[in-house]
Amino acid sequence: MSDVRFGMAIDTRTCVGCAACVIGCKTENATAPEFSRDWIYTLLEGEYPDVRMTIRSERCNHCEDAPCVTVCPTGSSHYGPGGTVQVNPDKCSGCKACITACPYDARHIDPRSGAADKCTFCMHRLESGITTTSCQEICPTQSIYFGDLNDPDSKISRALATREAYVLKPDAGTSPKHFYLK
Amino acid sequence: MNEITSTRHNHLIDPTMHVWGWEIPLYLFLGGVVAGVMILTGIRFLRGQGREPSPALALMPWVAPIAISVGMFFLWLDLEHPFNAWRFYLTFKLTSPMSWGAWILLGVYPASILLAWVGTPERHKARIGRWVARIALLRRIEGWAKNNTVFLARLNIVMGAALGIYTGVLLGTMAARPLWNSALLGPLFLVSGLSTGAAFMLLFGLSDDERRSLSRADMGLIAIELGLLGLWMMGLATGGSAAQGALAVILGGPYTAAFWTLVVALGLLAPLAGEWLEYKHGALPGRGTAVLVLLGGFALRWILVFAGQATGWVTEIAMR
Repeated sequence: MSDVRFGMAIDTRTCVGCAACVIGCKTENATAPEFSRDWIYTLLEGEYPDVRMTIRSERCNHCEDAPCVTVCPTGSSHYGPGGTVQVNPDKCSGCKACITACPYDARHIDPRSGAADKCTFCMHRLESGITTTSCQEICPTQSIYFGDLNDPDSKISRALATREAYVLKPDAGTSPKHFYLK
Repeated sequence: MNEITSTRHNHLIDPTMHVWGWEIPLYLFLGGVVAGVMILTGIRFLRGQGREPSPALALMPWVAPIAISVGMFFLWLDLEHPFNAWRFYLTFKLTSPMSWGAWILLGVYPASILLAWVGTPERHKARIGRWVARIALLRRIEGWAKNNTVFLARLNIVMGAALGIYTGVLLGTMAARPLWNSALLGPLFLVSGLSTGAAFMLLFGLSDDERRSLSRADMGLIAIELGLLGLWMMGLATGGSAAQGALAVILGGPYTAAFWTLVVALGLLAPLAGEWLEYKHGALPGRGTAVLVLLGGFALRWILVFAGQATGWVTEIAMR
């Protein structure tokens, strides 16, 4: 996976905020009770009848310049295959520096292991040859695009090339690889 | 009207981050006191050659290894996976202030213990002294330390400064928490550490001259600290929206009363006024002002650690 650069994009026009991705992730990754690696963010603006709604499925942004990796004192948080950001729980001391360093608050401590936890882009699936993430697989409106940003013909690259997209908190200087299609 | 709904409710993350509890400010406070004591006792060794220190001052360097051990215990309590703490010492991460800190803490011990041992009057060494005399390696280390007190004193100043600065840099490098994200936090914590270190020393039975010189130094340190606090706030006030939003938590926000009364009024202005009055009227510096300085130094770290976690990048509304 050396030349691969994994990224994700959410189609905010078709996402209805059903939270199937949240349940899909929980089922696939067996995250700790009452903790989740992805979530639905809903913003309602305006006064009736002039209202508009933005819905986003959010998770770790797998930043190119990830502050969590920068501050980690043990090397537990690291850049994994395909430019993803991964945690090695065996090296984690639970110091929580990565949690305070993340501008997206995308991390938490898994109380069962005491280690930092977050979205892995379903690396265990990718490494076993499955090309989708669980949130993408379960999405009933197919609003989650996932694939290789370095491949110009991948579905996500095509979407980002032909549609307007944004990332969260671009001024934080983290260069996220998680996009939102307008 | 803007209405934000999130399905995320991760414990200690939402709605306001609070992953670092009471252990961290307590550690940062003790680290500051130790940094101050190491630097001040180091300077005492360099400048006080030939002058006999009071018995309390002679033993003062022992504060460093003892207090830093207590502080590191609290730090260890904060770890969610404490039995992986040894992982800090299998690597050195250049970009991680916490990694720097872990190694600085390891350097504090030999520097402070050797200086403390050399400065301890023979009558206090008793049984441990006989042990040292019996073991060849310890005898050689003791001999080396006695011949290199100037180097050891300088090393204590350097290690103390590194310790004091790193405790601020640890918070200051977090871009995600705009209240902390200032390079001034390094010098601020160093100066506050020197001030609390001096105050801590004033709690003990020092000689009159020692009390007066420490108190005079503390007045200058408090004045510098007030200046650094002002510059830090100026930086946030003139920064971007995230910095301005962060400053609002101590300028009208939930931490306003605590910050201005405990840190600025009771922790800095009151002891500064007290020390100045003592100085002006030729009175011996008392312990009351010292206690205020210590409480103020603790309040500064307590409030910064908690308030800082409550700040973040302004959640952008829909991007369009």
